[in-house]
Amino acid sequence: MSFTGTQEKQLREEEGTELIRPKSSHHLLAIKVENKFGVLSRVAGLFSRRGFNIVSLAVAPTEDERFSRISIVVDAESAPLEQVVSQLNKLINVVEIKQLHPDDAIEAELLLATLKVDKSSLVGIEKTVTKYKAHILEKNDSLITISCAGTPTKLDELENLLQSYEIVALHRTGQIALPKLEFLAK
Amino acid sequence: MELTGAQSLIKSLEQVGVEVLFGLPGGAILPVYDPLIESSMRHILVRHEQGAGHAAEGYAHVTGRPGVAMVTSGPGATNIVTPLADAFMDSVPLVVISGQVATSAIGTDAFQEVDFTGITQGVTKHNWLVTDPDEIPRIIREAFYVATTGRPGPVVVDFPKDVANAKTEWSWSDEVDLPGYRPPAQPDMAAVKKALELIYQAERPVVYVGGGVIKANATEELTEFIEMTDFPLVTTLMARGAFPDTDPRHLGMPGMHGSYAAVTAIQKSDLLISFGARFDDRVTGKVSAFAPKAKVIHVDIDPAEIGKVRRPDVPVIADCALAIRAMVDEMKRVSASKKSVFDSRTKKAQLAWREQVTEWKTLFPFAYDGKGESNYAGPIKPQQVVEELSAASDEDTILVTGVGQHQMWASQLWSFSKPRSWVSSGGLGTMGFAVPAAMGAKVGQPAKTVWAVDGDGCFQMTAQELITCSQEQIPVKIAILNNAYLGMVRQWQQMFYEERYSEVYLSADLPDYVKWAESMGCVGFRVDDPGEVSSVIEKANSIHDKPVVVDFRTDSMEKVFPMVPAGASNDDILVHPSLRERLAKEV
Repeated sequence: MSFTGTQEKQLREEEGTELIRPKSSHHLLAIKVENKFGVLSRVAGLFSRRGFNIVSLAVAPTEDERFSRISIVVDAESAPLEQVVSQLNKLINVVEIKQLHPDDAIEAELLLATLKVDKSSLVGIEKTVTKYKAHILEKNDSLITISCAGTPTKLDELENLLQSYEIVALHRTGQIALPKLEFLAK
Repeated sequence: MELTGAQSLIKSLEQVGVEVLFGLPGGAILPVYDPLIESSMRHILVRHEQGAGHAAEGYAHVTGRPGVAMVTSGPGATNIVTPLADAFMDSVPLVVISGQVATSAIGTDAFQEVDFTGITQGVTKHNWLVTDPDEIPRIIREAFYVATTGRPGPVVVDFPKDVANAKTEWSWSDEVDLPGYRPPAQPDMAAVKKALELIYQAERPVVYVGGGVIKANATEELTEFIEMTDFPLVTTLMARGAFPDTDPRHLGMPGMHGSYAAVTAIQKSDLLISFGARFDDRVTGKVSAFAPKAKVIHVDIDPAEIGKVRRPDVPVIADCALAIRAMVDEMKRVSASKKSVFDSRTKKAQLAWREQVTEWKTLFPFAYDGKGESNYAGPIKPQQVVEELSAASDEDTILVTGVGQHQMWASQLWSFSKPRSWVSSGGLGTMGFAVPAAMGAKVGQPAKTVWAVDGDGCFQMTAQELITCSQEQIPVKIAILNNAYLGMVRQWQQMFYEERYSEVYLSADLPDYVKWAESMGCVGFRVDDPGEVSSVIEKANSIHDKPVVVDFRTDSMEKVFPMVPAGASNDDILVHPSLRERLAKEV
C-alpha cells in the first residue's frame, strides 16, 4: 500500500502512532552531492515533487570540500526505493547514492532537551543521564539542558522517559549513517 | 581576450553552434542584446515569451538540434515556464537564457526579480545561476551538453545583469566536468540477449514505439528490426512519423484516442517491446489492466523510467539507436547459422497474430459520419479537413498541432512517413502550442512546408506570433478546425457529465479569424462548405510569401473516437457509433 504524504500523516494521526522512526518500512540513503548553489533544495524539492516522504534529513560537508553528504531517511511506503534512487540519480549535482539497510548500517543521531527541574526531579534526571550516557550541558535553578547521542531506538526510549518531566524544548538532528565495517569495500 | 560578460555569453552561444535565438528583451537582459547586434546569430523577436519557448521547441523537434530562447527577468522568465514544462515532459532539448537582477540585488524583491532557478527546478533537467563571469563559457558548454545528451530536456541559464556588465576573459574548453552526470549509451549485451530470448519465443508480439526513437534518430534501426521480425508495431503520440503509416504492420497510435487495432493488439499481446516509450497514463489507461498477459522489454535511456509504471521483465538501459542496433546485429549473428531466428511453430503463431491484428485494422478504421459520401450535406467534418490536407501534402511536409480534439484527429488521420515531420505537445498538453511551434519548425526547416492544424481555443492563446511570422517572413500555414468550442472538454461534458456544458462555448464568429489573420499580415480564408475544403487547401498551398490562416467551420458536435474513458481499462475502448454493432459481434 502506498500513501501520499498527507494521507499517511492522517493515517498515523488516526492510529495514534507517536513517533515516525526508521524501522523496516524505512530506508537510509547516503547521498554525495556537489557543493553547489541550491543543491539541498534540489534534493528536497525532488522528494516533494515526486510524492516521496522524508522522515529525516541531515546535511554536512564531507572530508572533500567539493562535496557534501546528505543523509536521508525515506519512508519506504511512499514510493519504491528503486524509483527514489533513480530519480535522485537524475539530479546533475548528485554524484553518488549509497543505500543502507538499517541492519547493515551504523546509525547515529543527537538529541538536545531542555527540561524544567526542581529538587525532587533532579535526581531522576541525573539517573537517566547516567543510564543513557547523556551529558548535562547547562543547568540553573529551574532548567537543565542535556544532550544524548546514539541510535534512533535509544533516543526514542530516552525521549519516552523524558515525557515524565516537563519538557521545555526537545530537538533531534535526524539520523546519519555509515555502512558497517564488514560492508565497506575491502 | 577581455570581453564583457554579455559578449562572453554571445560568443559562447556562437561557439556551441547556435544559429537562431527566439526572444524578447527587457531590463535585466539589456546588456546581452547589445553585442547581439554584431552577432552572426539570427534573433527572432517574438510577441510573448511563451511564443519564444514553443518556437524553440518546434525548432528542436524538426532539426534535432537544441532550441534556444532568451528572455528577461521576472515576468519574461515566468512567461517561459510553460514551454520549459512542455519540453521537460516531452524530452525536448531547450536552452533558455534568462536575465536576472544584479547579484547584489538578488533576494531583495528587486524590480522584475523572481527566483527563476527555484521556480524552474521541477521543470528543467538542470539550471544554473551565473555568479562569476569567468564561468560563462563553461556553463554554456555544460548547459548545451546536458540539454542534448542522455534523455534530452530543457535547461535554464539565469544571467544576472552585473555578470553581463563585468569584464572577463573568454576561453573555451570542450571538456565538461560533471561528476554526477553520466548518461548511458551502450546497452548491456547480457540484457540484449535476455530480451532476444523473449523475442524469439513471442507468439503475439507488439513493438511499442515512443518518442525516444525519434530523439535517438533510431528510425533506421527500427525499420531493420521490423524487417527482420515482421512484428506489428504502434507509434505513440510522440513517435508519429517514426515508421510509415502506410506499412501494413503499422497499427497506428495506441492510447486513449488510439486506433482500435493498436489498443487491442497491445491488450492481447504476449510480449510488449517498448522502445523509448514511458507507459504514459494516456497510453496505458488503467495500469493494472494494461496488456495483462504481456511480458515487457523496456528499452529506455532514462533508468528512472524502468519500473516507474510497469515493471519490465527485461530492462535495457541505453540509447534507443544503439540498443536496437545491438538487437538487430545479434539477431543477424544468430540467424546466420539457421534460416530464421524463430522456430517454425512460433513463426506460425506470429503469422496468425499478424492476420488477427490486420483484421482489426481493417474492421475498425477511424470512422466518421459522411466519410466519402458524395451526397453528404452536413457541416464540414474536422476529420475530412485533416484527410484532405494530408492527401495534398508531400512527405516532407511538417505537421504541427495544438492540444485537444484537433490534435487527436491530426495524429490519427495524417499519413506520416518520416521522422521529425510531426510536432505536438504530448505530456503537458499545452494549448496554444501550435502557432509558435510552427514558426520555430519553419525556421528550422525553411525549405519544407509547415502546416499547423489548430483548434479555435488554442489559436486564440498564441495567435500573436503570426505577427512575428509576417514580420520575419516565416510563411507557416494554419488550419483552424473551428468548432466554436473547447471541443475536448465539451466532449467529456457530453459523455461523462450528462451533457451539462459548463464554460466551453467560444463562438465561431468572434473573433473574425479572417480579419484577424489579415491584420497580422497573413492571408485569411474561410471555408463553410465540405465541397470547398480541397480547393482552399490548394490555394493556401500556392502561397509561399506570407503566412496563411484558414478558418474551417467544422461540426461543433463531432467527437473523437475511439476513446478509452479516463481511468478505464483499454479493454473498454469505445469505437465510433457506426462500428459498435461490428464490435459487439467481434467481442
